[in-house]
Amino acid sequence: MKRLLTAALAATMLTTPALSAEVKVGFVTTLTTGAAVIGNDMKNAVDLAIEHMGGKMGDLDLTVIYGDDGFKPETGKQATDKLVKQDDVDFVAGFIWSHVLLASRKSALDAGKFLISSNAGPSPVAGKLCHENFFSTSWQNDQTPMALGEVLNQNGVKSLYVMAPNYAAGKNMVAGVERTFKGKILGKDLTKWGADAQLDFSAELAKAKASGAEGLFVFYPGAAGGAFIKQYQQAGLKDTLPLYTVFTVDGLALPKLQKANFESVLGSRTTGHWAPSMDNPQNNRFVADFKAKYGQYPSNYAAQSYDAMFLIKSAVEAVGGDLSDQAAVRAALEAANYDSVRGSYTYGSNHMPVQNFYLLEVVADADGVWTLDVVSTVFENHVDSYAADCAMQ
Amino acid sequence: MRTTSTATRLTARCNRASGLETCGRGFASGHVCNSPGFFDLDYALLFTQTLNGLQLGLLLFLVASGLSLVFGILDFVNLAHGSLYMLGAFICASLTFLLGNFLWAVLLALPLTGVIGYVVERTIARALYTRDHLDQVLGTFGLILVIDTLTHLIWGPEGIAIPLPAWLDSQVTLAEGLVVPTYRLLIISTGLAAAGGLFWLVNYTRLGMLIRAGASNRTMVSALGIDIQTLFALVFALGAMLAGLAGMLVSPITEASIGMGNNIIITAFVVIIVGGIGSMKGAFVGALVIGLIDTLGRSFIDDFFKLFMSSDAAETSAPAVSAMLIYIIMAAILAVRPQGLFPPKVR
Repeated sequence: MKRLLTAALAATMLTTPALSAEVKVGFVTTLTTGAAVIGNDMKNAVDLAIEHMGGKMGDLDLTVIYGDDGFKPETGKQATDKLVKQDDVDFVAGFIWSHVLLASRKSALDAGKFLISSNAGPSPVAGKLCHENFFSTSWQNDQTPMALGEVLNQNGVKSLYVMAPNYAAGKNMVAGVERTFKGKILGKDLTKWGADAQLDFSAELAKAKASGAEGLFVFYPGAAGGAFIKQYQQAGLKDTLPLYTVFTVDGLALPKLQKANFESVLGSRTTGHWAPSMDNPQNNRFVADFKAKYGQYPSNYAAQSYDAMFLIKSAVEAVGGDLSDQAAVRAALEAANYDSVRGSYTYGSNHMPVQNFYLLEVVADADGVWTLDVVSTVFENHVDSYAADCAMQ
Repeated sequence: MRTTSTATRLTARCNRASGLETCGRGFASGHVCNSPGFFDLDYALLFTQTLNGLQLGLLLFLVASGLSLVFGILDFVNLAHGSLYMLGAFICASLTFLLGNFLWAVLLALPLTGVIGYVVERTIARALYTRDHLDQVLGTFGLILVIDTLTHLIWGPEGIAIPLPAWLDSQVTLAEGLVVPTYRLLIISTGLAAAGGLFWLVNYTRLGMLIRAGASNRTMVSALGIDIQTLFALVFALGAMLAGLAGMLVSPITEASIGMGNNIIITAFVVIIVGGIGSMKGAFVGALVIGLIDTLGRSFIDDFFKLFMSSDAAETSAPAVSAMLIYIIMAAILAVRPQGLFPPKVR
């Protein structure tokens, strides 16, 4: 018995060094409240990525620990603190919400961790608050609406009414469309956001209609998007006030809209850096397996999260699993030397992707399922507007 | 749609650049130029926003009336009242997909929500009546978390969009340049009908008499041999049905989503504080006041601010101020009339 115990003890001691041969990724997203629909999509994508990697990055075992931000900056910061201090993760990834990322970034960066945003791209992290250990697999918030503003100019739209939620990303989205749109902005509404967000837009829609604008620009991510589209249809504005959206008619809203038969979104257009229909081996595998496993198209949130995992994997493999060499890991991340589902891209000096933005359209696929398809390229290798404010050059 | 397009095109012709001047000829129909200054309001817009405010107010009334009944008669603080609102919406959503018709779903979901209210009263609320308000707040807050999580487990986190029948999913032209969604008119008429029904119930029926008596003096009612336990359970179920109805009505606009009740419950408390706790009339007037102030505030406060501050400053501060407007009103009313606008007579 005694010998057995000793053997067991020895075995435990032997396995201890093996324990350190793992890479830990903390993934912060929204897993409760209505916004969990986005968080679950991201989590699904990360789980799929783990499966595709066989649970390993290079020779290291991969562990992903999820943290729930509850759609609140303070909860997101706590979740990040826990991942950094208690779980001692090597990478912190995730972050849907700009205000959550802004509240949490210091916790991760001050502790010397790498921070990979797989959605939020508030202007400060691209500009003044840029950091050598911060990377994004999405975009800076302003870029997608900037592409949309360009599309509006091409379509000859002369005046616009603007609506967005009142938080960091909402303001960035508005700033983005205002930067490129050459016509007049006839009115603007920033509505209440957060766990108790405003979801009835009757007052704002009436104002938008009365403004006489030629188009209505909105940004309503997650559940608010579906609610907005329904009210827009109920108000019968389709002919008088065409709708232009970013991150509103997306992979998460479409299944619900299709189930409720909102035919009017078919053919509606938006902009983005990725669509499920993009033809490259990594994206084909991702979309096919995601659909097979979860029964619906991945959203852009899922795509960015999947990319974040493969970006981390490329860095871990480039340094041969030696995560102690931060400079080498950083250089590997900067190279963005992995197969992204959007096709290849590079990193700018502020570690935001320099990538193409496309005009996307809602179409029915071969099976009649509504999804987004690429129409044309709006910007090529677009650099965000805040890169110049970043001290890293 | 054709009738409005002319008006819209005319409005489109004038813009902010025209300053305080009116938009010149061509407005014989009485259509006023779009927001050149605060006092040249667009009357069609003002009317639409008043309707929107009325709709919000009536929804608030449905939630607040139940809350006020339970608070006024049972002396029970029910934070989980909003959860019944949410359950009403989710049950109605499931039934809509099952039955294929929204209106049948509402008719069937109403008694179901009432039964849930009855069960909650029997199993949870009843044990808390004799405790103080803090215990009730804690208990019902726990109930919110339980119901939210149960909803998450049963229906998933994504919320459900409820499709409307085609005849409801359209617009009504009330006048030149005045088009409103049919469904919003349905909400307003249903809300008014429910308010009328409740008024009749409370003022002209035996049950209503007992409810009023219970609100004035509970001990005396039970001393007179009335089965106060059953009365309480009925009141609770009635409140649940009203809240559920509000949830069902709002979900085709927003959608049935987790936590939707927690958003409205705070506003409903503001309503009953403004109106006077335990009073139906207070809940009605309070709900309309809050609904109108909130909607009109969201619509016009930025134009108002632009009168005395820069356009930029107005755009930044207006959303913040309109979000807190109803609380400012509540604070003002509490300062002047701490008992609310229409408190019930003698307690």
